Order: sequence, then structure tokens, then C-alpha cells
Amino acid sequence: MKQQQDHWLVRPRTIKILWIMFSVVLALLVGADFFVAHHPHFGVDGLPSFSAVFGFISCVILVFGAKALGLLLKKPEDYYDR
Amino acid sequence: MIGNFMLFPALVLIFSGFLSLFLRGNVRAALLLGAPLFTLWMVWQISDGPQLSVPYLGYELTLVYGSKLGRLFATVFSLMAFMGALFALNQRSKLELGAAFTYAGAAIGVALCKDLLTLFVFWEVMAVASTLVLVSNGAAALKAALRYGLMHFLGGVILMAGIAGHVAQTGSISFEAMTLERWPEMLMLAGILINAAAVPLGAWLPDAYPQASWSGMVFLSAFTTKTSVFVLIVAFPGEQVLIWIGLFMVFHGIIWAILENDMRRILAYSIINQVGFMLTGIGIGSEVALNGAAAHAFTHIIYKALLLMSAGSVVYMTGKSRCSDLGGLFRTMPVTMVTGVIGALAISAFPFTSGFVSKSMVTQGAADAHLSGVWYLLVAASAGVFLHAGIKFPWFVFFQKDSGLRPSDPPMNMQVAMIIGAVLCIFIGVMPQSLYAILPFYVDYVPYTFSHVVSQLQLLLFSGLAFFLMLGLLKRTETITIDSDWLWRRLGLILANGTVRLVVRVAAPVRHAGVQAVQALLWGLNKTHNEKGPLGRPAQTGSIAFLMVLFLAIFIALRFYS
Repeated sequence: MKQQQDHWLVRPRTIKILWIMFSVVLALLVGADFFVAHHPHFGVDGLPSFSAVFGFISCVILVFGAKALGLLLKKPEDYYDR
Repeated sequence: MIGNFMLFPALVLIFSGFLSLFLRGNVRAALLLGAPLFTLWMVWQISDGPQLSVPYLGYELTLVYGSKLGRLFATVFSLMAFMGALFALNQRSKLELGAAFTYAGAAIGVALCKDLLTLFVFWEVMAVASTLVLVSNGAAALKAALRYGLMHFLGGVILMAGIAGHVAQTGSISFEAMTLERWPEMLMLAGILINAAAVPLGAWLPDAYPQASWSGMVFLSAFTTKTSVFVLIVAFPGEQVLIWIGLFMVFHGIIWAILENDMRRILAYSIINQVGFMLTGIGIGSEVALNGAAAHAFTHIIYKALLLMSAGSVVYMTGKSRCSDLGGLFRTMPVTMVTGVIGALAISAFPFTSGFVSKSMVTQGAADAHLSGVWYLLVAASAGVFLHAGIKFPWFVFFQKDSGLRPSDPPMNMQVAMIIGAVLCIFIGVMPQSLYAILPFYVDYVPYTFSHVVSQLQLLLFSGLAFFLMLGLLKRTETITIDSDWLWRRLGLILANGTVRLVVRVAAPVRHAGVQAVQALLWGLNKTHNEKGPLGRPAQTGSIAFLMVLFLAIFIALRFYS
């Protein structure tokens, strides 16, 4: 009898393929920027792959900022019941 | 002019909500599904200008007034009541839907009125009805409901004080654009901002909403904050302070949502975040920005309801709401997962969803007004929305680890409600003209240019990359995150206890002296009034008669010789 396998979507092989597909899409998007005539509002936002870099950096800053605040703000779940 | 009461859409939902308490089965379902659709039809029968007025205490109340903005909000409120009713039919508490319909009806009342007194009455009906939606979830929600009610009655009192001052100073009850120069208007703005969950009291929202039932939060998310957005668009367009309040809310929502573990608290914080976008648009105040704020309120109500229906279905089927307890549900809840993902894409403003065509108008407004700082912050926040709601919610609930839970999709009516919401999100995204046609101002904006789509996809997908690269940092912990509600849930308690202790300490010597004085008095009284004391001895009838005669003699003497 065949050993019961987990759902195909969570097998390591599928996840590897998904990462490859995701990377290809990201590369295509950055590449597409060189064929698009952007209409920058303020200058910097007209640079190629501005959105990609800006989005990525924003998220990194937000996550680290949130982690830092979390040290102060995170409390046990019964905090208000004590 | 006394118009036709048949043209008063707010009353249809309020009345049918009340009636539904006494009905059951298919009759109740038919009423609850039919009433919102009938209301929607009525809303579109209202032509522009005042339609229904009544005199009251020397004022002319304009109960129903046709305008593009009012119709837009009344439309989405009616749609929301329909979707919510379909979703909530299996809710055992009849009170919840009855209260929710009153709540929705009052929100429509606000959207269609044209004077401040009517506005205030519906405002307070909303506060009471929404508190009842919370109360209907039973004992677990009671404390949160009390805090919620108190906060909204406080907001109502501040709003009323502002209205009274405004009417006293201007003599006008008209609900129209105002300037923020004197204290009555400032009070009105403060009262409205409390309902909009703005800083600093906005923590009432994530405190209360997640305590509602699996269906109750769907209703709560829709009406209170968005009614405030409507009132702000009418009364304070272009008021610059709203830009900064809005931007604060945008980041407040993102950061707290990143820290939260409970999926419904995550979605509650993302309401604050999204309302922040709307307030920023109102503060910018140009036609494209106000259109953006109104359009974003419209699309937000639908995709947020969709997200909360998806989360509500998970709570309904598993009884769990914490990300750390959930995960892997995509295996057995495909409809809930797919519709939830569509809602998550819409809130992230993914191209070809409703959020893309509405939110980009707000950022466009910032660009047109040459507010570069605001524009950069809004774009950074758009990336943050994908991070905290767009990926976080579906990832931790439906994928992540395998929690071992194998719930099926919820009952058919709940699935249909979610599918309707998902279809609306995509329809508006693909056919933006359908929404643009009913916005308050003429729309001269094209969302789908190659450049805009590529930029937005870059922004979102690289945020996605950031999410998966930092997954270790985002691991859920079994904690809550304190917010400004700490002021009244903790600091208030500490101050109250401290005051009691202080009073006890200061009062001890005073009390001691007081007790001694009373004891001395009692000792003295006892001495004179006990059975041997001069005033306590049983008196003889003869001596009393003698005393009476003596007094009488003195009175007579005084009468004649004075």
C-alpha cells in the first residue's frame, strides 16, 4: 500500500517550483520597467524598479519597527484579566 | 415641504430589523433578504435635493436629501446589509440581526440626511444598535460591549456639544462644509473622529469588534467608521489636520496588525489602516482625492466584509481565531480560502481588484497636490497593507503549518454570501467605470496604464518577497498587543485604586478624630438620657402639667408686657 502523502501543495518539490516561478515573475517585472515610460511625480519614483526597491525596503523597516515596538507592547493574553 | 414617508429608506431596515425578532424560519429569512434590496431600490428612487422635511421646534429637519455622495454610501450600506444578512442567517441569536438592521438603517439615515439634528439622532441610534450587536454575543462580550458603548456615548456627547455650539453661533442646522476655526466645529470634528477610530482613542475598535460573534463583526466593520468618513467628506473636506491623522492611522494599523496573533484583531487593525487612507484623501481635499476617499470607503466595505466573512466562517467551523491555533485549512475549506484570498488581494489594491481602482485615486490626489512626503508614505503603506493583511491573513489561517484541523466549508448560504462579495471585488476591479459613474465628482482618472500596473505589481510582489524572507521574524506568539485602550483598561484602574488607597490613608486620622467625637457625644447623651439622667427619667404626670402651666404663664406674661 502506498504511504499516505501530504497535500501536493505542501510537498517540498512543489514549494521549490513555486519559489522558482515567483523569482521568474519578479525578474520579469523588474525587466518590464525598462520598457515602460513612467511618469514620475517627484523624480526618484521614475527610476527603474523604484517600486520594487521601495516596497521591499518599506516592508523590512515596518517589520523591524514593529518588532522593536513589540518588545514594549506585547503582553500575555490574560494581561487585562489579572 | 412634507414629503412622502414612503421615501424614507432608513425606516425600512430599522422596522424590518425589529419585526424580524418576532418571526422565524423562511418568513424571517425572506424579510431579512428582501428588506435591503427594497431599500437599495428606494435609495435609487431619490432624486437630487430635499425630498422629505418635517418641522421640529422651529427648525426644518431634512430627513431625506438626494445627493451623489449620500446615494453612494446608502447603496453600499444596503448591499452590505444584504450580504451580512445572508451570511448571518444561521446565527442563533435573533437579537444580533435585528440590532444589525437597525444599525444599518441608521447608517443609511445619516447618509441621506441634510441637517445636524437628524444626523445626531441617527448617530446615537447607531451607537445603541451596534452596542446591542456586541451584547448579543453573550457574557463573553459584555465587558467589551460596555467599554464600546461608553466610548461611543462619549463621542456622541462631544458631537452634540459641538452641534449645540454651532447652532447657537450660526443659527443654522444645515449639515454642510464647515471651517475649523471655532470650538464648536472642533468639538464636532473630535466627536466624529472618535467614531472613525482615529488617534488617540481609536483602540476601542480592535478592543470591541473581535468580541462580536462570527457574524456580528461583519456588520460592525461596515457602518460606524465609514459613516464617519461620509460625514467628514461632507463637513470637513480639505481640512489639513486630517492628512496627518490619517497617515498616523495608516501606520498604527499596519504595525499593530503585524504584532497581533488573533486573525480578527489583525483585520480590526487593518480597518484603522484603511480608514486612515480615506482620512488622508479627505484632508487632501481635491476632487480626485475626495472621490478616492468615497470610492475607497465603498470598495473597503465590501472587501473587508468579505475578509471578515472568511474569518467568520473559520470561527464558525473551528471555534478558533488565533493564528497560532490555525493553519493548513486550504485542504478542506476551498471556498472560504479562495474568497478570502480575493478579499486579501482587494485590500492590497492588487490590479483587477476593487482596491486598486479606489486607493490609487487617493495616492494620485497626493501626487497632484505635490505632497511628496504624503505620497511616499502612502506608497510605503500600500506595501505594508499587503504585508499585514494581504498575505498575513490568508497565509497564517489557510497555509502556514498543518494545524491538524479539517473543517469543511460553512453552510451554503454563508458560501454564497462570500462568493457575492468576491464577485463584487473583481467586478469593480475589472469594470471601474461602474463605480466611477456614481462617485460625487466627475472622474478624470485612468487606473489601468501599463506603467501603473507594473509599478503596483512590483511594489506588492516585492513586499511579498520581503514577507517570506522575514517569515521567521513574523512567527506568531501567543500574546496581545497593548494599545491606547491601556489608558482606560489599565491606567484608569491603577488611578482609581490609587485614589482609594490615598483617601484611606489621608482619611484615617480624620476618621479617628471623628469617631472619638461621636463617641464623646454618645457618652454625653447617654449620661443625660439614660433612665437615671435628668432628661431620661420617667416623668410624673403632675410635674408635666405643672411645667405646661408654667410655660403658658410665661407666654401670657410676654404677650401682655412686650
